[in-house]
Amino acid sequence: MPVITIDNQEYSVKEGDNLLQACLGLGLDLPYFCWHPDMGSIGACRQCAVVQYQNTEDYRAGSRGRIVMGCMTQVTDGAIFSLNGDKASEFRKTIVESLMLNHPHDCPVCAEGGECHLQDMTVMTGHRDRHYRGKKNTHRNQYLGPLIHHEMNRCITCYRCTRYYNNYAGGKDLAAMAAHDHVYFGRHQEGVLESEFAGNLVEVCPTGVFTDKSLVNDYSRKWDLQSAPSVCTHCAVGCNTLPGERYGKLKRVHNRYNDEVNGYFLCDRGRFGAKFVNSDKRINNPGLRDEHGRYNIIDPHQALHQLVEACQGDNNIAAIGSPRASVEANFLLKTLAGEQHYSPGFNAQEQSLAQLALSLQQHSAATIPSIKDIECADAIFILGEDLTHSAPRIALALRQSVRNKAYALAAELKLQPWQDAAVRNLAQDQRSPLFVAAVTDTRLDDIAEQCHHLAPDDIARLGYAVAEQISGKANASDEPANTIAQALLSAQRPLIIAGSSCGNAAIMQAAAAIADALALRKNENAGNSMLCLTLPEANSLGQAMLSPNEAPSIEALAERAYKIDTLIVLENDLFRRAPAAVVDKLLQSVTTLIVLDSLETPTLATSQLALPAASVAESEGTIVSLEGRAQRYFPVSECQGERRASWAWLLACLKELGHPEAANIHRFDDITLACSAAQPMLKGITLAAPDHFYRNAGVKIPRQPQRYSGRTAMRANVSVHEPKQTEDDETALAYTMEGLNRHQPGSLLPFVWSPGWNSNQSLHKFQTETGGPLKGGTAGKRLLDNRQNNNNQQKNSQQAVATTAPAAFQASAGQWLLVPRQRIFGSDELSSYSDNLAELLSDASIEINSADASLLQVKNGDGLSLGENLACLRVVINNTIPQGCAAYSVGIAGTFNLTLGQRVSLQKASDWQRPKQADVIASDGGAHV
Amino acid sequence: MSTQLNDPLTRPLTKNIREDRRPTDMAAYEANDGYQSLHSTLGKRSPADCLQIIKDSNLRGRGGAGFPTGMKWSFVPMEDATPGHKYLVCNADEMEPGTFKDRWLLECDPHQLIEGMIISAYTLQADIGYIFIRSEYLLAAQLLREAIADCHAKGYLGDNILGSGFNFELHVHASAGRYICGEETALINSLEGKRANPRAKPPFPQVSGLWGRPTIVNNVETLCNIHHIVQHGAQWFQNLGIGSDAGTKLYGISGRVNKPGCWELPIGTPIRDIFALAGGMEQGYELRGFLPGGGSTDFLTPEHLDLAMDYDTIGKAGSRMGTGTMIVLDDKTCAVGFVKNLVEFFAQESCGFCTPCRDGLPWSAQVLDDIQQGRGTSEDMNTLARQIGFIGAIGNTHCALAPGAMEPLASGIQYFREDFERHLNNGHCPLCHEHNPKGKHDSQHKGQQGVSQGVAS
Repeated sequence: MPVITIDNQEYSVKEGDNLLQACLGLGLDLPYFCWHPDMGSIGACRQCAVVQYQNTEDYRAGSRGRIVMGCMTQVTDGAIFSLNGDKASEFRKTIVESLMLNHPHDCPVCAEGGECHLQDMTVMTGHRDRHYRGKKNTHRNQYLGPLIHHEMNRCITCYRCTRYYNNYAGGKDLAAMAAHDHVYFGRHQEGVLESEFAGNLVEVCPTGVFTDKSLVNDYSRKWDLQSAPSVCTHCAVGCNTLPGERYGKLKRVHNRYNDEVNGYFLCDRGRFGAKFVNSDKRINNPGLRDEHGRYNIIDPHQALHQLVEACQGDNNIAAIGSPRASVEANFLLKTLAGEQHYSPGFNAQEQSLAQLALSLQQHSAATIPSIKDIECADAIFILGEDLTHSAPRIALALRQSVRNKAYALAAELKLQPWQDAAVRNLAQDQRSPLFVAAVTDTRLDDIAEQCHHLAPDDIARLGYAVAEQISGKANASDEPANTIAQALLSAQRPLIIAGSSCGNAAIMQAAAAIADALALRKNENAGNSMLCLTLPEANSLGQAMLSPNEAPSIEALAERAYKIDTLIVLENDLFRRAPAAVVDKLLQSVTTLIVLDSLETPTLATSQLALPAASVAESEGTIVSLEGRAQRYFPVSECQGERRASWAWLLACLKELGHPEAANIHRFDDITLACSAAQPMLKGITLAAPDHFYRNAGVKIPRQPQRYSGRTAMRANVSVHEPKQTEDDETALAYTMEGLNRHQPGSLLPFVWSPGWNSNQSLHKFQTETGGPLKGGTAGKRLLDNRQNNNNQQKNSQQAVATTAPAAFQASAGQWLLVPRQRIFGSDELSSYSDNLAELLSDASIEINSADASLLQVKNGDGLSLGENLACLRVVINNTIPQGCAAYSVGIAGTFNLTLGQRVSLQKASDWQRPKQADVIASDGGAHV
Repeated sequence: MSTQLNDPLTRPLTKNIREDRRPTDMAAYEANDGYQSLHSTLGKRSPADCLQIIKDSNLRGRGGAGFPTGMKWSFVPMEDATPGHKYLVCNADEMEPGTFKDRWLLECDPHQLIEGMIISAYTLQADIGYIFIRSEYLLAAQLLREAIADCHAKGYLGDNILGSGFNFELHVHASAGRYICGEETALINSLEGKRANPRAKPPFPQVSGLWGRPTIVNNVETLCNIHHIVQHGAQWFQNLGIGSDAGTKLYGISGRVNKPGCWELPIGTPIRDIFALAGGMEQGYELRGFLPGGGSTDFLTPEHLDLAMDYDTIGKAGSRMGTGTMIVLDDKTCAVGFVKNLVEFFAQESCGFCTPCRDGLPWSAQVLDDIQQGRGTSEDMNTLARQIGFIGAIGNTHCALAPGAMEPLASGIQYFREDFERHLNNGHCPLCHEHNPKGKHDSQHKGQQGVSQGVAS
């Protein structure tokens, strides 16, 4: 390790780092703007200037040294620097003064105020007196969509936004325009930002140019937000989030750093979709339907009584859990209903695919990668997924994976990865190979070496062909399988990604076959291969772990030809999962339908008893992400109204019933413990986060920053007496500003703040090193962790993998195979309840090939009727769709009667009219015309 | 413009240039030994031999920095294991204030540049060349395109040139019209279709330049020398210069002299001799000072007139030879306005990448404007001094533009402080056409004119 001298003090630093990274890692305060820990250095802002001396003699001789930029200077053994000398300090101060020439000083009305990196750096450099007498430049702001607010006058021209948006996230519609002190960051013309990851601009911008529009419109300072560590519930990736609450409302979601999962960035579904917790469709009170069918609010005791009554004695009970509810709530429900009568809440297809994904991952010889591992992949093959819409954060990670080629080229020239511009200029458009086989165009096609648009079974066939090429069993002339196989074979860390999007088991099996063949290959990279299988919902894998294969699906429950006295549905909208006919059949056999949910779903609206459940922002729970990482989310605020966590309703019921298994369960942690004891596969969930006994240096962890204001004033309209703060008996977090937010386990980090660092840039004070784990360790516990011992598992590898490819897809006259079109906004249930996304939601559509369109005599915008009144959808012509296939918008209202992989007849709907909805769609899945 | 020396071998660069400035065409060029170097070099001498001659010749870059060309070229990897292109780029984006030497070469003798580029490309084994030309040089660009077409017809460009097995394609690319495009790495970014922001070095373009490939960027005048050197030898070239530097140099003068112009002279010619060629100062004007090598060099004064105009001598006198084209400050022109004009130019031409340049230069320009308009305060001189320290050191900024802009300012204050003080103390100056009573705030600032609206530049 090189040893450097900074202001007369020697430090050991990490080889290859730049001085800025090194200084921040050492806990020294060196201001910066344009450098970003995940985007590297370009040397634009000149804020991290230090003085470097040639050698000891130079230093001792009282030389003034020369100014160098910390972010552009690699640490070398024996180097001598001064951070705090007059020359460097004066220079940094003048940089801030220059940046502030045109800054509007509108901090009081700026949404960044109080967490503004520019404010922090201004104070840190000591700039105070303004010498400039000229007028300030002003700019016109742009409308950038419903999510991002634009205020160009605040810009300090650090170039972070375009570097993030274009270089990092692959966006194309944000640019730096004009020159000198008129540089303008915006779109060529006003309009919704196209990238699905645009929201990160809010955190990337060091000041208030790009801010969260919903926060701007309903504002609270960061220091007034109460927050807690949470986990995104909008897909199975399990990104860590920091929701912020005030006045009982969720104000915003920020990224919560997890070095192995989401790193520094979230997708817009996760960042903005969580506003569903403020929806006016939230349920606040228990409701009971009377004999006239009217729905009456009842008090919680009465509601509990009703619940207990319905579960009493000889009643024939069934229960449907949910892959969007926590492991704990599902476990209690399963306990209540008994294993025989408990459905994990999947439809039959989802259930078999979730079980298959679990089984393939358990038995694979390949590694199950974290997102960080995915970013290390140097050859990727995606089968059947449009990841930007089905597991968005993985798509963003893959945009970094394909840059490994650039890093390899850079290493030859001894360039460090953080030399961002140099590495990009060197590699230009050379990328690590990425292959996509999908049913439609995907949002990653622009970085793919090859895209193959195939029917699901043909995707699986291609997968098997690649696997055979890898194991040397096939003719080398078989293209494209050979090209893909050769790229994967020559890669050090090949990655295969598939998932349940197409509703096709063969695709996942083929992916597993490739990953296994790669793991067993005989060349110098043997043993290294990664298999990532995506699932649709936040706890899909957890539900697969909780319930065995033979647990009844929703269809299976409906098929049971007996009367159900009580059906309890936990956080699940059955009408989204199965065709209305199936759900209706199920509900007809039910006497009492009890629904626990946070939102007024169509299922809840048909219940006899509705119980208001706390949302993810008001309750604790454990969910298992697609990589098998058990993660805990914590309540950000107390439950409003009569809401209670689902687990709390169910635990109270079990207690009332005197259920023996509930005898030792008194609180949330006991449920986790009982569940881990009952289900071996979930054994590790207790390690997802510390239990409620945890204390940090003897005190709890505060949800509120030290500057949290208005404790008394906030409810002065109710009483001028400040009430005692709510005590949180269930977790190690407290609803106060008292406590210690430092060095605790990573899973318990409720906000980042450090003296002098009020913005999210304070994160480095909590990291072991730039981009490294948090000082308290990485959050979450991987339940399927085979990263250490994947070589030992080769013996089992073939068990779960079906070795025969399905028959080739044949288009059949008059019948179309239904394939998915995923949408980042709307395809998942919860984000569709988020008000701020409403403008971006589109009506459901069906995409067909132009040959099929002319056969059906329809054009773009016409209506197509599917099957026997299954659905009627707007036509979009898309020539990437194979003939004989039709892609419908999954998860969007109007398509719930459809099943993936089903063959349906299509017919022009002559009297069809497009539903009245927003025409502007940010991400409609690419070009269709 | 006139040629003063008559032996063609002592003024190789301008030997074909006619008094009427009509361009030399292929026939005329070839009639005067044109493309002889091509015939005698390609396939007959090794690239390594050629490189050695260039190194031995002590040719230094004529674009302004004066870096030894042979050394610059020697960093290009020659045993490149990875196949791919190498690029030779001619920097014809002549935008330095007061500089018009390359235009003369381009408009009057386009074939000379092309021959120089072919020999250079052969030496470097580059297979693609670009002439990155200032967008206003429409005539030159047209002449170059025609000359390139003529060369293709003759087999001097394209595949397997003269049966040597060497391939070279040459393209003319019009600049994006900004001063910074003349900075070699900004030029490369601009060629790639990106914003013309300079790149951080290392890596140097010789290793990772255009499209990430090894690239050499040289000035027009530099490249025009190459085939002469290869043809006549390093010693011949060394003998052309007076003093330590080798070859000839195009020197120019603009300002209130009797005959502003441009001349090819032995490098190291005394400044006084160049002034003599320009016929001295106009009637009624005295020389107060001059910028020796374009708008981004430090002032020199009449006491420096006997210095030799070469890189090291001018460097020791506290300035830079730069492009070798001088701008004269006379005794009827106020140094404050002179310097302000330059600083405003550079502020306008900042690419907007790094803070000291983007925000520091307009700030300096604003202070200078206030001083000129009679609104200055004594504190302003301290502000300017602080700005010079802040912006003026290479390393403080991302590239050399802003430090260059500070050179006339710093030396202007050093030599002509009385002009500044006159403005500060009296609020106006008899030399300035526009003078306002002290304290009257009605002038237009650069900053307030240039309101950037939407995407406007």
